[in-house]
Amino acid sequence: MKRLRRMAFSRFVQAAFVAVLVCFSLGVTDSAGRFNDLGHKMMCTCSCGQVLLECNHVGCTVSGGMRDELTNSIASGQNDSLILQSFVQRYGATVLAAPTTQGFDLLAWIMPFAVSTIALIGTILLVRNWAKNQPKLASAGAVPSNPAEEAMRERIRRETGTD
Amino acid sequence: MAAFGSFALIIALALAAYNLFAGGIALRLLAVGGPNSAPARVSPERLAETARRAGIASFAAVSAAAFALIWSVFHNDFSIEYIVEHSNKALPSAYKFAALWSGQEGSLLLWAWLLAGYGFVLRLTHKSDVKLHAYAGTILAAVQTFFLMLLVIKVPPFGGVRGGVIPEDGNGLNPLLQYPEMVIHPPMLYLGYVGFTVPFAFALGALMMRYPGEKWIHITRRWTMFTWLFLTVGIFLGMHWAYAVLGWGGYWGWDPVENASLMPWLTGTAFLHSVMMQEKRGMMKSWNVWLIFSTFLLSILGTLLTRAGLVSSVHAFAQSSIGSWFIAFLVITLAVCIFTYVLQHDHLKSEHRVESVVSREASFLFNNLVLLAACFTILWGTLFPVLSEYIEGTKTTLSGAYYSHIAVPIGVFLLLLTGVGPLLAWRASSLKSLRRNFIVPGAAFVVTALGCLIGGLKPWADEGVFYALMTWALSAAVATAIVSEFVRGAGVLHRQTGKNLAESMLLLIRRGTRRYGGFIVHLGIVIIFIGFAGYAFNKSAESPMAPGDKMQIGPYTLVNLGNTQESNANYDTEFSQLDVYENGKKLQAEPMSPEKRVYLVNGQPQTMVANHSMMRWDLYVVYEGRNADSGLPIIKAFLNPLVMWIWVGLAVVVFGTLVALVPSVSPARVAVLVPAKPGVLPGHATVGTVGGGD
Repeated sequence: MKRLRRMAFSRFVQAAFVAVLVCFSLGVTDSAGRFNDLGHKMMCTCSCGQVLLECNHVGCTVSGGMRDELTNSIASGQNDSLILQSFVQRYGATVLAAPTTQGFDLLAWIMPFAVSTIALIGTILLVRNWAKNQPKLASAGAVPSNPAEEAMRERIRRETGTD
Repeated sequence: MAAFGSFALIIALALAAYNLFAGGIALRLLAVGGPNSAPARVSPERLAETARRAGIASFAAVSAAAFALIWSVFHNDFSIEYIVEHSNKALPSAYKFAALWSGQEGSLLLWAWLLAGYGFVLRLTHKSDVKLHAYAGTILAAVQTFFLMLLVIKVPPFGGVRGGVIPEDGNGLNPLLQYPEMVIHPPMLYLGYVGFTVPFAFALGALMMRYPGEKWIHITRRWTMFTWLFLTVGIFLGMHWAYAVLGWGGYWGWDPVENASLMPWLTGTAFLHSVMMQEKRGMMKSWNVWLIFSTFLLSILGTLLTRAGLVSSVHAFAQSSIGSWFIAFLVITLAVCIFTYVLQHDHLKSEHRVESVVSREASFLFNNLVLLAACFTILWGTLFPVLSEYIEGTKTTLSGAYYSHIAVPIGVFLLLLTGVGPLLAWRASSLKSLRRNFIVPGAAFVVTALGCLIGGLKPWADEGVFYALMTWALSAAVATAIVSEFVRGAGVLHRQTGKNLAESMLLLIRRGTRRYGGFIVHLGIVIIFIGFAGYAFNKSAESPMAPGDKMQIGPYTLVNLGNTQESNANYDTEFSQLDVYENGKKLQAEPMSPEKRVYLVNGQPQTMVANHSMMRWDLYVVYEGRNADSGLPIIKAFLNPLVMWIWVGLAVVVFGTLVALVPSVSPARVAVLVPAKPGVLPGHATVGTVGGGD
């Protein structure tokens, strides 16, 4: 019975996962959406440090041309990856607003999640290990491991007026 | 005045250095000298006292130097290079103050001044614990000495004008800084950055002297909270300034310098949470010490990023070669911290351990972990361009797109923990209590998520919408949990005292200012997150507009009444006047006037955004410039949902922090009425205990 329930739960999770994947694949693919999406994946190269579609410098001589180039590329039927590559070849890798997922750049994406995951798993294991090795306490009220320290702490609280 | 300022700085350096060395020797003598040791030629107590007084006097000397610079700005003393670079005759008076921190030399002087000010207060309040204050004062003097050395040797603010020819007028203040908030944003931020030196000094001092107990935490708790508050307000003022001045429709650009201010805020927030574990249960002592060490080091790193141009940033108003000084200081400080910790770490042994993964202690631990993960992510993202340039030879760009993929999920998880933590019991939570505490917030989560889906949100279509939905649903859950805590506590007091619910609520807060102030801060954070989530639904429209032209954005129609050019002594300006209609009705009596200024003294442009802010959204209009072909002004309008919630949330956070800073009223002093028991007279006053503790 337990096994059956576990299998049903597993099927439910799988179905939910597939449903989410299908839903995510139904993204907007019209030209305006692609322009907006790609325009936010690139930086203006006028050294303002802003995303291409957000560059608002007075008389910026670069962003207008780049936007036109992007519009033409989309109209010519190129796919997103090809458009980004052509911009990289023309303006250099700094035109991309985010690192690629290749080579050293991949580290930029992996490191935060890797470090967070390792820290999270490590902490859970540590806490579980502590909990396992914890001596059974007689009651719910805290039993001070060092009564002198506890008394000192209470005294400090009283003297410094903190609650 | 330049000579006076320079002299004052040299005196301040000499006094701080004396404080450091005399204080250090005195503490050493006190440490080695026991009751049976031979009497020293100089009494260590007297030597320590002279060091303390030197520290106090250094504040007067740095104040004199700061005054000299301000005086020179107001008197247009263009014999000083700094004044030439950052001021001019036509600069309005309020911004002449801002000139103090608009350049590198001035902002380092401000750092030194604020640090001396904090040191002044610390040294005056030494009687609460003379020895601990002596340690903290000496460590503070070391930091002061570093900054004053920089000011005297490397970047003197009173340096003479280059070439020796005094110009008629200065180059003026950077136009981006000529905005009211810029008069208070940097000092607030600096009060935050600099303020973390005090808890750092106490933590390091307490570790050096193997200080018993947690008194140093009690002494520094208010310092830390004040500092945290200043940093929080400073960061949000910066956000508001970016929103109002930069004109790109957003408030946070993940610029390296913005990131630099966020990192110490994150570790400082983690510290504020985890010290409670040490106070309550004597746990996480090493962790706390390292959190405050990291916070201080990140503050210094922030100053390094801002001022040394280590990474390219729109904030790098002034860059020079002081980077090596800061790096050396960071390395030395880190070495001192590591050395002291290795020597004294046995003193930091925890008295208790976390007993269950499902407990308040564990939630604090996870909260700390997530805050540190966020801090690491931001540090990694900030320094990655430098790393990639070093390793690959190409500087990789990391814009908001990167951070929204990485930092947003961490932020949402943090929001979840904000709600979960306070619902868990200390030591361990039973399944029954979990069910009882989580059922209402859980229901709020489900109802809000369903409401969003029914309302037309499609989380599968866009990552931003997915996170917005999660944020709102979690916000509803967390807010419900917080409100339930207040209602439950007030309800008990209401039954005990017979006071009405509002009075009971007030009494509840007064009895546990720290606990309930903390809840109010959490509520503020929830409101801020609700505002952040609105970013996923920003809309914009752009068009060249001749007089009479119309532009539609959302439910609003913008009608251009006309375009105007004006001039004054400080700048030339161009602006459009736009009437705004919603369903045929005027939105506001006065037209909106987005503006573009060009400052005469240096030809630099500045955007002045016209913003109509509502709880629902901001109608944010920018005058982008003129179309090259038609000469018509280009107007860009944004509809930014829920931005006002961010500023309201900040006000709630400030209020909550102030509440938490007020000492609680002891329950013993509050007479409450309890229901009559057999043998007790009806209405007999007795002592209530509801609302205390954390």
